[in-house]
Formats: sequence, C-alpha cells, structure tokens
Amino acid sequence: MGSTASLPKFRDETYRDDFSFRNSEQSVLRAPFPFDKDSYMYAVNMELHQRTGQLNSAFNEPFDVDEHYLAEMRDRALVLDEDPLRYQSLPHMEMAGWDTLELLMTHKSQSYPESFSLTRNGHDWHWINRPMGIDQHFRFGDATTLPYSPLEYITRQAQGDYVVLDERQGNLWMDAGMVTTQADWSLDFDIGMNFYEWHAPVPLAHEKGIFDRALKYLLAVQQSNPARRLNWTMTVNPRLDTSPENFHKWGPENTHVTPENVADKLFLRIELQSFWRLPRSNALLFPIRCYFLSMRDISTVPKWGARMHRVLKTLPPELASYKGLDNFRQTAVDWLSQHDDGQPTTPGAQPD
Amino acid sequence: MSINAGIDVIVSDVVEVNSLIKRFHFKRADGQQLPAFSGGAHVVIEMEDGEQRRRTPYSLMSSPFDTTDYQVSIRRDDEGRGGSLYMHREVTTGMAMKISYPANLFPLDLRARRHLLIAGGIGITPFLAQTDQLNRLSADLELHYGVRSPELGAYLPELNASLGHRLHTYYSDEKQFIDYDELLTRQPVGTHLYVCGPSPMIDATLNSARSLGWPEAHIHFEHFAKSPPGEPFVIELANSGLSVEVGREQSMLEAIEAAGVDAPYLCRGGACGQCETKVLEYDGELLHEDHWLEDDEKARGQKIMPCVSRFRGKRLVLER
Repeated sequence: MGSTASLPKFRDETYRDDFSFRNSEQSVLRAPFPFDKDSYMYAVNMELHQRTGQLNSAFNEPFDVDEHYLAEMRDRALVLDEDPLRYQSLPHMEMAGWDTLELLMTHKSQSYPESFSLTRNGHDWHWINRPMGIDQHFRFGDATTLPYSPLEYITRQAQGDYVVLDERQGNLWMDAGMVTTQADWSLDFDIGMNFYEWHAPVPLAHEKGIFDRALKYLLAVQQSNPARRLNWTMTVNPRLDTSPENFHKWGPENTHVTPENVADKLFLRIELQSFWRLPRSNALLFPIRCYFLSMRDISTVPKWGARMHRVLKTLPPELASYKGLDNFRQTAVDWLSQHDDGQPTTPGAQPD
Repeated sequence: MSINAGIDVIVSDVVEVNSLIKRFHFKRADGQQLPAFSGGAHVVIEMEDGEQRRRTPYSLMSSPFDTTDYQVSIRRDDEGRGGSLYMHREVTTGMAMKISYPANLFPLDLRARRHLLIAGGIGITPFLAQTDQLNRLSADLELHYGVRSPELGAYLPELNASLGHRLHTYYSDEKQFIDYDELLTRQPVGTHLYVCGPSPMIDATLNSARSLGWPEAHIHFEHFAKSPPGEPFVIELANSGLSVEVGREQSMLEAIEAAGVDAPYLCRGGACGQCETKVLEYDGELLHEDHWLEDDEKARGQKIMPCVSRFRGKRLVLER
C-alpha cells in the first residue's frame, strides 16, 4: 500500500429521492465482489488488509476513496441534519477519536497526495481536503480547535461508517461511532453493547461458534496487522441510509421490485469491513464501507453474473430472511438466470 | 507472517539505573517516528544471542505520547534463561535490533472514576507510562510502590516529581508492607485496581479484592509468567512433519521458530492465549507454566502454551 493514486472525477449524484447514483465501468470492475465460490455460508473470512494483485481495486489503498466520495459525504450531512444521534461517542472514547482522525488523515494524505495533505508541527496540525474545499489548522488533542469532535470531524470527510470498539474484559464494546450508511442496524440502539450482544440477532452463526473465533481474531489485531472481511446484503434502490429509524421510507420499497425493473432497481450491497488497532486508546476501529452494484452492473462481468445467480438460488432460507431478501429473491434469480451459462466458474472473486 | 511484523531500531542509549536495573532506549533505524502506544503496552525484543534467537516481552515505560524513542527497564535475572543477561551484557549504544509493534494486554479502563495502581519491584515499568497518560487526562490516581529499599526503588525521584502525595512507598527492608485490606476497603465506588509485580503480590492483591467483593471487571493485573530453564526435550510437529529439540535455555516457542515454523504469539508470557497449541499425543508430563489455561484444561492435557510451558517424558506431538 502507500502508492500515490490519482482520484477519478467525482460524480454528481444522489442516494435518495431520484436515486441518480450510477457506477462507471471502472467502478464496477474495482468493486470488492464478495463471492469467491458459487454458494455462500458464514465463515470467519478474515484476512490481512493489504493489496491484492489486481491493478485497480477497492483494496489498493487502506481507506479507499472513489468516484462517489462527494455524493456520499453530502448524503451523510443530510442524515446528520435530520438525526444527530447517528454520531455518538461515550465520554471515555475521546482519545480513540483522535487516534481515528490521525489514522485517516495519515493514510488519505499518503494514498492521495494530490487531494489530501497533512502537515504536522508538534501538536499543531494543518489538514487540507481539496475535493471538499477544507483547509483546517488545529491542535492535535484539543477538541476546541475543530468545528466538531475529532471522530465526527474526520468521519464527515471519509466514506463508510466508522464504529469504535473499546476493549475490556476480553470483549469489545461499541462505545462510539458514525453510522449513516448501514444495512438495517442502529448505533443508537447498539451503543454500549458488547460483541455478543450486538450480534445476538444473527441466525446460525452462534451455533457454528463463528463469533467466538471472530472475537479471538479481532482481539489479536494489532497495529502491525490491520485485517478485513467482506459482508453483503441486498438493497432496493441505491439508498445508503437503510436504517431502522427510517424503515418507513425504505421498507415499503422492498415490494417494488418487478421483472421489468429488477436489473437497475435491485443492488448487491457489499460491505468492506476492516479492523484497525488504535495506538493511544488501544481501541479497535471498525470501518464498514458500502459498495453498490446493480444486478445489471454484475451481469457485465460474466463470472459474477453466473455466480450471483447460483449464490442467490442456493442461499439457506434463514439467511435470506435475515438479510431481508424474501420479497425479491426469486425475481432476481429469474433475471440472473439468463447470465448463467451453467459452466464451472474460476476460483476466487476477481473478474476473469 | 505479518502479525509478528517488527520494527528495525537502533539502541540509542543504555543507562544503569541501579545495581540490578538497566534502561534501554530505542529509536527507529530509518529516523522516522515510532508508533504511539497506550500505557501498559509491551514490545517484544528480538535478541540474536549466539546460535539462539530469543524474543522477550518488556513493558514500555516511556511516555505514550513521545514517539521519538521507546524506553524499557530490564532487571538482571541471574536465574533466568538468559534474556536479561544478554541485554545487560551484550547490548550497547548504537546496536541494531528488532522489536515488535507495541501491544497492550494491561490497558487502563478509561471509564474508571479513580485508578489505584499497585507495583512491586520492576513491575513499576508499565505504571510509569500509565501515570504519564493519566496525568495528561487529569485522572484521579494513587500509586502504591513496594520495593526492597530506597536504593533499589527505580524511578523514585521521577515518580515523586510527577505524583507528589499520590505516591506511597513501602520498603520491605524497613519492614514496611502494603495493608491490602485496609487500602482496598477505603476506595470509593468506581475505582479500578491495577497490579503488576511478583506473583505473591498479585495473589495477595487479588485475594483481598475478591474477598472484599470488588467487581471482577474492576480488577486488572499483569501476570507475565517466565519460561523457566529446564531439561532438554524433543517435540514432534505433526503439521510441519518436523522433530525439534528444545534446549535447556530455550522455550518451546523459540525452538519451533528456530525450526522455521511460523507460530502465532503476542505476550510470550503465558497470559494472552495466542500461542495455544493442541497436544495430539504425549507420553510423559506436561509442565504447564501459563496463566491462560484453566486448571481442568491443564489436567486434560489437550492444550499447551509453548511460550512458557515445558515437557518431561518420552514423546510429545503438537498440532503445529
């Protein structure tokens, strides 16, 4: 990691109302497609968060910035205007907020020096975010020198949700976060819960011992070895804010999928989750970055079209229900079947 | 493997603190800043001691906010396997060494209304970093420091300057001892207790806290076991298909690493659980020295912590 990537032109688009979000062809090909085989079941699918061989991929930089950056930040600001509780931080988490700010500023300025710059002079820091037109002098550790708390400040400038987990008693506690692009869960509901409490609703995985192993892995994440995993669900319309708080807005749309509109209205929602040990607070930062691919986007990559068809068709019913797919799964399977030639697919998730 | 990735450092200073303790300073070899860390964190120092590569954990004692150098204090242990002797005899200013990234298995609970710190001897080192961190947060703290004599009490002037009346010292040569029951009884609700020192001190503190009904979540201790020297023995590594001899002053984990087999670890002191290894077969006695496995797990003989434990007998086969 740590190359000097240039950013693409940012799209002027929306994640609500007229839903003008679209992917460029490049944006489809660089997405972190989550299926490495033709069926899906939970696994502790964690790996080190580092580059893969692919030239242009969402894994190129530690914190990926893509063509949707400005639109996503505008959408976050709108969500926060309506509901400030999407950002919360318990009192003992301020140090973790500064750690997060440092981590994001350092990596963004190293990954994309044309767009972001960080200059440090002792505790006097100077941050420039050119795409968003921000030029900020502040004192590291002194929250009165920023317009928001450190965690809120930097996560208003970074794609994806950010959950900050305190480590105590051999467990992780969800004690701070910025959550506006979530797949039907609520920071306001989960705040203060531990790892087992907030995962309680997930079916099947407890019985398989998945959470015991996942927690053990996460507690071993240190500064030297950030980790990642992919998760997924499906969303009708490219709506980032599918929160329980706003269920009345998006819930009814689950019944709006038809054979005629499924290709462009139904999206695979990919979560690139990564895990970072924070230095001064010893907390764990858990960024959850959302990527949307429409069924049509997926069908442009033959291997992905076939695989998506097979995964959806064979998904265990408990999982399909938990992910909220029951209203449109069959419609999607029917549409995708025309993109499945029935031939074996090559190993791995990357396009052929 | 990158979980054990290290940092190349130069020994920038070696200071004799007293007749038993030396302090070692490390700077990054490439001139960059070291990673920040949290009070209570340790690093694992790699030592190329002749034929043998040792990896030994030491608490960071310098300010977690000072990333120009790291400092550790090491007490010479003439009975040990030789790590501290190597550091005391061989390591000099200017030497190139390798250390791990900092990891913290003894962190502060920042929700505490009050932090009660109890140190014995060289167990003072994590508290030097923690008191620096707590002072910056203007947190309520008290440090109780038991040591043999004022001469052997490392960093007393520094602690006096930074803590003043919040520092309480006990010199065993002068028959001064901590009255745990009295000390723990008068703490207000919301106090967190931290103890680091020799095993009898940790046991006495924990016994007192538990009998007084302290909540388990408010009790924190750093219990680094030492891997004692012992008779050599042979282990068979089933997954790797290797047979490895563990030397008198070598740990099983070091012998496994020396054979070129990558094994996970974090604390190397029998406390964190990362190196837990399945015992597939054995004919003899497993000598458990760790604080990780429960007593019944030790008795069942299906798991072992190769960072500190040893074996005596005919045959030991590990899943590694």
